[in-house]
Formats: sequence, C-alpha cells, structure tokens
Amino acid sequence: MHSSTPAAPSAGEPDPERGRGTPVGRRVVLGMLGLGAAGVAVGGSVQGTLDNVLASVSAKDPTGVTGLLPGGGGFRFYSVSDSIPHRGETDYRLRVDGLVDRPGSYRLSDLRTLPQTRLVRDVQCVTGWRVPHTAFSGVLLSTLLDAAGIRAGATALRFTCFDGVYTESLTLDQARRPDMLVAHTMNDKPVTAAHGGPVRLYAAPMYFYKSAKWLSGITVTKDVQPGYWEHYGYDVDGWVGRSNGRHDDPTS
Amino acid sequence: MTSTDGWAGRTAAMMTRLHESRAVTGLRRFTRAETWVHRTLNCLMAVCVFTAACLYFPPLAEIVGRRRLVVTVHEWSGILLPVPILAGLVSRAFRADTGRLGRFFPHDWRWLRALLRTRRRQPEFAGKFNAGQKLFAAFVTGTILVMIGTGLLMWFPRLSPLVWRTGATFVHDWLALLVGVVITGHVWLATKDPEARRGLRTGHVPRWWAREEHPLWRAGTGEERAADETQQH
Repeated sequence: MHSSTPAAPSAGEPDPERGRGTPVGRRVVLGMLGLGAAGVAVGGSVQGTLDNVLASVSAKDPTGVTGLLPGGGGFRFYSVSDSIPHRGETDYRLRVDGLVDRPGSYRLSDLRTLPQTRLVRDVQCVTGWRVPHTAFSGVLLSTLLDAAGIRAGATALRFTCFDGVYTESLTLDQARRPDMLVAHTMNDKPVTAAHGGPVRLYAAPMYFYKSAKWLSGITVTKDVQPGYWEHYGYDVDGWVGRSNGRHDDPTS
Repeated sequence: MTSTDGWAGRTAAMMTRLHESRAVTGLRRFTRAETWVHRTLNCLMAVCVFTAACLYFPPLAEIVGRRRLVVTVHEWSGILLPVPILAGLVSRAFRADTGRLGRFFPHDWRWLRALLRTRRRQPEFAGKFNAGQKLFAAFVTGTILVMIGTGLLMWFPRLSPLVWRTGATFVHDWLALLVGVVITGHVWLATKDPEARRGLRTGHVPRWWAREEHPLWRAGTGEERAADETQQH
C-alpha cells in the first residue's frame, strides 16, 4: 500500500521531538508507585477517619451518592448465587432436622408466634465495611433448638439456604448464645429479598458472612461442616475482631 | 444492459477515487501490532472495569450476583493487563511510540499551559501524541502497576499483615474511582474524534487530520520506517 509511505505532514523539517526530552512518563509512573505504597502504608487509618466523615455526611445525603464512595456507609450486596431468590408467606419454610428428637418445619407465621428477640448492634463485614446500629428481630436459635430437642452426640449446626448454594455453620455452644437469631425483620421492617429475606440468620458477634441469607434449613450435625466462604479461606469461628486476621471492634 | 454497464463503470470509478483519496490522505499512524495491543488492552480493561462495577455498585451486584465468579474474572482480567503491553514491546514501532509517549519536549509544556489557561486543547503544540495523551499513557501504566500490586495483597490475604490489606483496599478503591473518571474522559474524547478512532482501527489517518491535530509529528526515524515496511509484507 503506497498510502503508508511514511511522509509526515512536514517531513524534512527538523523533528521537534528528537533528543532525550524530559522523562515525564517515567516520573509519573514512579510517582504513582510511590503514592500507592504510601497509600498502602497509611490507608488503614485514613480510611478509618474517612468512614466516620462519610457516615455522617451520607446520613444527611438525600441523593445517596456518598453511599457509592469507598466506605460511604451502608450495606454492600454480596450473593454467590445467580440471582436473588424470592419466597414469601405462602412458600417459605424453615426446616429443622438432623440429630433432633422432633424434626419440624416452620412457616413465617409460625416463626412470628414464637417468643421474639430484638437486637441492635453494628454489622461488620469481613471485607471492612461496618453499618452502625442495625436492628434485627426474630426467634433465638436456642428457642428452635429446644423445641426440636437435641440428641446426644450433636455438636454443631449446618445452615442451608434457598438460593441453593450458600451454607454456614455454628457450633452448638455458639448457637445457644443469646445474640444468635433467626431474623425476619431488619430495622423493624420485614427483611427484603436483597437482604436475605424473608428469613436470614443473624449471628451478631460474628462477621456478617456467618449471617446466612435466605435461610431455609437448620441441620443438627455431629461435627462442624465448614460453610461456603470457609472453603475459600474464611475462618469457621468468625468472631468480629478475633478472626480472619482482623482487629475490628467487637459488635456484641 | 447499458445502464448496468454504466452502473458498474461508475462504481469502478468511485472505487478508484476512494482508493486514490486514501492514497493521498492516508498516513500510517500505527502498525498492526500497535492496533492489536490497543484492542486487547481495551477488551481486558473493559472486562476488568465491568466486573469491578459489579462487585462495587449494589444495584449491579444485585442483578449479576455470582460473586465468586465475578471476583475470579476480575482478578484474571486485571493480572493479564500487562500482557498485551509486554507482547507489544516485540514490535519496534510500539517501542518507538512508547518512547514518544514517555518524553516531554518544550511544546508539551506549552500545550499543558495553554490547556490550563484557555481550557482548550491547542493542537499546534502537539507531536505524534499531545501532552494529554502522554500523561494518560503514563497514568494508565502507573494505574495498572498499582492496581496489580494492591490487588495481589487482597487476592492472597495470608501474604501480608492486616494493616497492609486495609491500606491496599483503600488505594485500590479510590484509585478505581479515579480510573473510572479518567477512562470516561478518554472514551468521551474518542467519541468526538472519528479520525483518531479510524487511526486505531485501521492504522491510517488522513493527512489533513495529522496536520491539524498533530502538526509537530514527524514520522520517519529510520527505525520506524523499517518497522513500517516489515509490517507491510
């Protein structure tokens, strides 16, 4: 192709870009690497301060734009399944089975007739975000366990979810704590499908991945069977501030 | 019949004119190797940015779900970003252009000063790449390196202490926002300049465009001419 004869607009004139010039590109790249390293070093404390500022700003921000900034407050949506599963009044069931004397199945209305507990705590995600003062209410796990009657030899619970993928676990001792809920309201409204409704686990003293969304089954087991994320390196005993190499303030 | 002949004749004439006009105005801006580097980097970056958005914006996350898959695609598209650039370094023309992109000459400083003063690009101070394009190239290079560094800290959490990981998350998140803004600007400028896009698609730009937008561009160090010719055959 003769179109590509390298005749420049004004070939023949001296090239104004001949010679060494100033290596600005190299300086920009090195500068960014330096800034990046500095950011890694001080970022933890800077983000901590920013979280506080952004939390107070986003509380008064009607547009919700600040919620999109890193640490801008609010929940982040995590799901490992393909789409948000929906179940409601008619088709929701929570099954309790495994090493129990009386396996059973609860509808939403059944859960509402049992003694209710309301907890207001911070929610702490293992990826760093924290949502202060979030209310959950529902039935204590221990209430359901007592109703089912635990058989000898059982030490743990396995939670399954109607998204068909997620699983979680607790030891019996953990599950009997007074801050382990089968929750059906969040901030005094029914738990929405995006937040894991109609019923989700709420393991208050643990990182939020322990609080399985879309809870549909509680199986009493002989041993702890690690849950979904625990197969990918998360700690089985997910205490806030004492696991996963993190040191967040306790939530409970 | 005659009409068909006339048609064919006209079409042939038009083709010749087109060909000639291309011959007259076409100027080689990029070799095929360079357009492929750009195209591959484009695709990887698009995947990386889209998966990032799916991980980051709750409404998108709710639509897409499949978090583990999205994380894996994001990690691999990110870590592969340097591959097309490193592969491109095999090409002499690409090496020559990285050299051009990396260096500032007196007219580049003038271009920047004019931009700051008039808020407008002043093409008369532009070589093959203007100062803005040079800074963009450096920014993207720095970004890829910083994002890979901080990304690896988060990908392999057991390798580093927690404070580093929190710091890495901080850098990764905020730089991602900045990258989003800068890439939007890059795409916006591209949409406004079809000839520049043609340059990256076909490797050729019209001469009038080169004269207007990059008047200080002198194609034709001996090296590049050689590279150009090897690309032809």
